[in-house]
Amino acid sequence: MRKKRREGSGAIWLVAPMAIWTILFVGVTLGYIVWLSFMTRNPDGLGVIPRFTLDNYLKILNPSYGKVLLNSLKLAALTTGVCLLIGYPFGYFMARAKKSWRGALLMLVIVPFWTNALVRVYGWRMLLMGDGPLNGLLLSIGAIREPLKLLNTFGAVLLGMVYALLPFVILPAYSSVEKMDWALVEASRDMGASPARTFFSITLPMTAPGLLAGCVLTFVPSIGLFFMSDLLGGANEVFLGNLINTQLLKSRDWPFAAALSVVLMLLTSSILWVYRRAGGKSSDIAVF
Amino acid sequence: MLELRGLKKSFDGVRVLNGISLDVGAGEFVTLLGPSGCGKTTTLRIVAGLTAPDEGQVLLGGRDITGLPPEKRDVNTVFQSYALFPHMSVERNISYGLRVRGERKGAWHARVREMLSLVALEGFEKRMPSQLSGGQRQRVAIARSVVLNPKLLLLDEPLGALDLKLRQQMQRELKDIQKRLGIAFLYITHDQEEALNMSDRIAIMRDGRFEQVGAPEDIYERPATRFAAGFIGQSNFLDCAVEGTLADGAPVLNYFGRRFPGRKPGFPLKPGDRVSLCLRIERIRLLRQPTGECFLPGVLKSRHYAGGSIREIVELPGGQEVLAIQQSASEDRIAEGEQVFMVWNRGEAALVQ
Repeated sequence: MRKKRREGSGAIWLVAPMAIWTILFVGVTLGYIVWLSFMTRNPDGLGVIPRFTLDNYLKILNPSYGKVLLNSLKLAALTTGVCLLIGYPFGYFMARAKKSWRGALLMLVIVPFWTNALVRVYGWRMLLMGDGPLNGLLLSIGAIREPLKLLNTFGAVLLGMVYALLPFVILPAYSSVEKMDWALVEASRDMGASPARTFFSITLPMTAPGLLAGCVLTFVPSIGLFFMSDLLGGANEVFLGNLINTQLLKSRDWPFAAALSVVLMLLTSSILWVYRRAGGKSSDIAVF
Repeated sequence: MLELRGLKKSFDGVRVLNGISLDVGAGEFVTLLGPSGCGKTTTLRIVAGLTAPDEGQVLLGGRDITGLPPEKRDVNTVFQSYALFPHMSVERNISYGLRVRGERKGAWHARVREMLSLVALEGFEKRMPSQLSGGQRQRVAIARSVVLNPKLLLLDEPLGALDLKLRQQMQRELKDIQKRLGIAFLYITHDQEEALNMSDRIAIMRDGRFEQVGAPEDIYERPATRFAAGFIGQSNFLDCAVEGTLADGAPVLNYFGRRFPGRKPGFPLKPGDRVSLCLRIERIRLLRQPTGECFLPGVLKSRHYAGGSIREIVELPGGQEVLAIQQSASEDRIAEGEQVFMVWNRGEAALVQ
């Protein structure tokens, strides 16, 4: 009995730093945002008036903001879809490539991470501008008569998102294909299944955990990634991420920005919850 | 039924198969026996269509299938790791080949039950592979591979992962299944006992070629090479010189000045040639007095009691030590250090090069 108590008190000291850290930087800040979201906006712009209200949440139900939410979900879903379509085959062939090639391919995926994401997005801005190199090329070969509006479109934001989040599908897809026992594929072929049938009956189900992890890893950040839509989407394309950003920094409506953040958090948490219910392991998505 | 014609294969410039040819008859049990790295598995994979040969042909039932993908071949494989689909139940694993062909559940269900009774796993339909023991997985793998009624079944060390007792039981069951279904087996093992127990014919492989192909008895009694003699059974090899030929064509051998006749070998010998006399350890008798035409004197060095048998080591005139094994019932025990005569029958000791 006595021994047990001593062990218990020892464990508390080991856990304490972690607990304090979590309470201070996660619990308190989160709690503050939730508290803010129920407060009244200070008409002067700075801070809030501590008066309880549900107005901030009711405001989200306004159709114009509902549209922003839908637009964000659409962007996230499309980003995830395009990333899967490009990233899974890429990861697959990377895992099946000769060992000497794998390292080089892996570097291709990882090297862009060594540069700041903002810098890379500015690069895309340059490429897509009305008088940028892409339009210049298309004009010079006579494919178009007038410069296309490439920048400040939904497509530009989607492009940027896919570009930024592609590795988060490629890497889990690569690792799940690489881990797979290839004898299973051979057994399937041996049993008379064509390569296509083998892929859908064996390879796809066996690598599903990696695919699912890739989905979560792209969908969740793509709802909230605000600088991409700010830099590539312009004023016309409003998403949840940059709406929060404007409400907080430009409109100075802290409570509304907080309410939007809470909604965003609930959204992403529910996706993670669904992922866990679908049998996904948290270790597969622990890359951040 | 299966014909391999001059198969050659290299991996990254390393020769794995050196032009092997082999025929397997319908319903025949042929074993590829050899040390690891001798090319057994590569041969099997070429027959299955999982590896393409650099040269040579594979014919099945007279038809050239060398270029066909695995799914177009009337051949199935039991993989060394079993390769059961982990996300499918036993029932769905076994019926996989049938479902790929587009059979509906009504049609394949009865066949799966038949297969499960063949491998004595009735009632395991809904189990997942992870819920099975090693032996049970082995049975599922066998059921899955014979469900399509192939002409030929390829087995890559299927019993390698099982413990000795289970392995011996599965050897009997596999042989039984093979006879009942009348399917030809091309079987890989590195276990000589397994090969001797089960095979109609054994092909002894070494460095990408066949050392000898023949019935187990043939190989045991008439090994073609020293490697074949050494790989099957336990033998002592005495290096002898050929001194002459007897009237019946048998050679006269000389071992450190002692002369005795040898069995007529399958290859030509002339006086002055060197040849190895292959003495099977259980075909040697140790006596106080010499008898017959083939014997050598020696000194009994040691004796080890091993239950049903006694293992004795004799030192010969040249200093070579020879192992002999005898029934432990013998009353007249020669003591360690005593003079002894090692006696054998001329016909039981093969000559190899």
